[in-house]
Amino acid sequence: MASVILYYAHPGQRYSRVNRHMFQAASALTDITVVDLYAEYPRFDINIDREQERLRNHDVIVLQFPLFWYSTPSLVKEWIDLVFEHGFAYGAGGTALSGKVLQLAITAAGPEDAYTDIGYQRHGLLTFLTPLQQTARLCHMRFAPPYVLYGALHTEQHDAANEQAEPTSTSANHIAGFTGLLAALRDDQYSVDKDASHIVQAQHLRSVAAANKGDQTHG
Amino acid sequence: MGSFLLLAFVFLIAGVIAVPIASKLGLGSVLGYLIAGIVISPLLVTLQVDVVSLQHFAEFGVVMMLFLVGLELEPRLLWQMKARLLGLGGLQVLVTTALVMGAALAIGQVWSVALATGLVLALSSTAIVLQTLNEKGLLKCDGGQGAFSILLFQDIAVIPMLALIPLLALPELSDVAVGDDHGGHGFIETLAGWQRTVLTLAAIAAVIIGGSYLTRPVFRFIAVAKLRELFVATALLMVIGIALLMSFVGLSPALGTFLAGVVLANSEYRHELESDIEPFKGLLLGLFFMTVGAGINFALLFDNVGFIVGLTVGLMLIKFTVVWVLGGFFKVTGANRWLMALSLAQAGEFGFVLLSFTVANAVIPQAFADQLLLVVALSMLLTPLLFIVYDRVIVPRSAVVQSREADTIDTPGTVIVAGHGRFGGIINRLLLGAGVSTVVLDHSSAQLELLRTFDVKVFFGDATRPDLLHAAGIESAAMLVIAIDDREQTTGLVQYVHHNFPHIHIVTRAFDRTHVYELYAAGANDIIREYFDSAVRAGRSALEGLGYHPYDAELKAQEFVEHDKYMLRTVAPLYRADVPLSENTEYVDKVKELGAIQRQRMLGRQGSMSSRSARGWVPPTQKDVPKNQ
Repeated sequence: MASVILYYAHPGQRYSRVNRHMFQAASALTDITVVDLYAEYPRFDINIDREQERLRNHDVIVLQFPLFWYSTPSLVKEWIDLVFEHGFAYGAGGTALSGKVLQLAITAAGPEDAYTDIGYQRHGLLTFLTPLQQTARLCHMRFAPPYVLYGALHTEQHDAANEQAEPTSTSANHIAGFTGLLAALRDDQYSVDKDASHIVQAQHLRSVAAANKGDQTHG
Repeated sequence: MGSFLLLAFVFLIAGVIAVPIASKLGLGSVLGYLIAGIVISPLLVTLQVDVVSLQHFAEFGVVMMLFLVGLELEPRLLWQMKARLLGLGGLQVLVTTALVMGAALAIGQVWSVALATGLVLALSSTAIVLQTLNEKGLLKCDGGQGAFSILLFQDIAVIPMLALIPLLALPELSDVAVGDDHGGHGFIETLAGWQRTVLTLAAIAAVIIGGSYLTRPVFRFIAVAKLRELFVATALLMVIGIALLMSFVGLSPALGTFLAGVVLANSEYRHELESDIEPFKGLLLGLFFMTVGAGINFALLFDNVGFIVGLTVGLMLIKFTVVWVLGGFFKVTGANRWLMALSLAQAGEFGFVLLSFTVANAVIPQAFADQLLLVVALSMLLTPLLFIVYDRVIVPRSAVVQSREADTIDTPGTVIVAGHGRFGGIINRLLLGAGVSTVVLDHSSAQLELLRTFDVKVFFGDATRPDLLHAAGIESAAMLVIAIDDREQTTGLVQYVHHNFPHIHIVTRAFDRTHVYELYAAGANDIIREYFDSAVRAGRSALEGLGYHPYDAELKAQEFVEHDKYMLRTVAPLYRADVPLSENTEYVDKVKELGAIQRQRMLGRQGSMSSRSARGWVPPTQKDVPKNQ
């Protein structure tokens, strides 16, 4: 059993059904600590000591956020700025995070083909995430392959248009994949041996989710 | 005098014993009163009490009830519900009346008697149904809402019924009709037809215009005396005055007070009036139901058991079927449809009122009315059984309908804001701006006048009075914000509300540090020191004015707030309500000690600080970064 903490950060959570549902589904899992970062620090008054204590007590740190300006929402940046202190996370004596796993769960508005050398974003998504990857390395953490939902805006609009209907299979799969991934991390059934060189999407997790949920099906 | 006291004692003790027992058994207060009346009826006979004239007196409770129904009917609310109100409610009354009338004709009644019977039995029991739905928390679901619109329509439909019923009078009964207090009175009979019409219209106009323009100055005048009983006296005076005026021109007093209620529904004195009249209405209606119970003719019931029970079951079947079918047309589905149809299958308390009214107006013969009275009472007695059927049979089979995912952010409940001065005013504006519905109470009529000129909606009333909180809807409110300008009253209010309505979230204004401790002990959820935040902002402005970089000033302010909160929490256990602060040496020493630490920290003399001003990015060197793996 690994102890998992999920940090959810979305400044416009009212407008993102996918992220909200991901967080709600994750909150229903047992033995996982969940934190809604914007709810806990709406005025950006981060309690550094408490956050460091939280990080010490967990083996897997999951950050769930939408991609804003090819980066994290600003509170996540402030949180890293303050909590990942010299002497705590890196530098002399900074070994508190050593060996822990950093798992990102990102929703990106653009479609998958936009994040390629020839797509309109001009780079693969992993390229935009290199600052976080290097952050993990500086803190001696293992950077797990980010779990990504592409085309989140499209999915969102589709879901909003069918308010009463069930969520689309895309978002439903992504949510199911997310909880499956969290459960696998918790139960030591998902190995992160070395730094990530690829992105993971819901369809790649078929086996993981199936192993955990038994009868779970993915369309 | 002695016999009056004895009579009052008999009725009061019967009610006080029977109603709580009935409520406990899930029968509701109306049945409790009826049963109390049945129980004391032999005693009343021995005491030679004139139950009929007592009942006429108690009918004034119905007049008050309609006044209160009117007060609840904001025109805007009516407009929102118009489709269901008119469609569902209107069709229910029309179709049920027609079917019951048909049934009455079938058992050999004259058409006018049959029609009056249809009208009387079409109504359901607002008192029982609303009470029960409320207790079970079903009022907000679709079926509950549907039932509510039907009941509301029925309550309003009583008014035209009261006007219609005298027209159905049977000539052969008119001679023996007794106690006709709704017919014309001496003076008006002497006038010509057009004069009478003019006088009637003038009376209605007087109620509407007086209600709109006179209440405010009158209440402002009364408020000067600051006497609770004067408000009660004025409210009673108003209701009785209108009733008198209406009887004088030959209209129904209930119609007049209902109209006055609607006119005053938008007034800032609405909650005050409601809480003043409510107890009188409750007592008089209770008395009314007891007299109905006392008047039940058991000999008649036992002689015709099969017939009466048959009529009752038939009536409930008709009423159930009508609502069930209509529910389909108005897209009320599943368990909600069952709930609506089952809950409205009985006849109601207005049935009693209309029955005694029809007898007084020589519309229905006494003998048949007595039988109908039994039918109404029996159907009410059976209502709790129908709710049990719903709970035990319907709900378990349709659990799917109930559990829709809790996804959408529900509109939060109403917030009651106590006090609309410098503090409460800002809170109210912020809440309204966020789309939250608020009920604002303020007891200064001068403040009220001022706010009215700015179109701010505030109700007159002292929020520290439990009955006013009740009238403002504290039972169903989600939150209470206390912004009144009195330290002791604030604490008292927190204690009262926390004790009686523990589910309500209390946000309160505190005067100072020690008041925070008192309020915390009293059960407040959020305690805001009234000058703290603005003082911190002023301090930050001072730093900026002295040339501090604005962001440094902000960080200093944040750090100060952080430490002050810490201090507040740390010294809280040392606070003692019975010892003056300056004599509580333990407390004083701790505050001094923590204050010194804070000054040192903020000056940066100690290494570790708990805020951003000293903690942040330190660039790593090459040796900090691990080699490639």
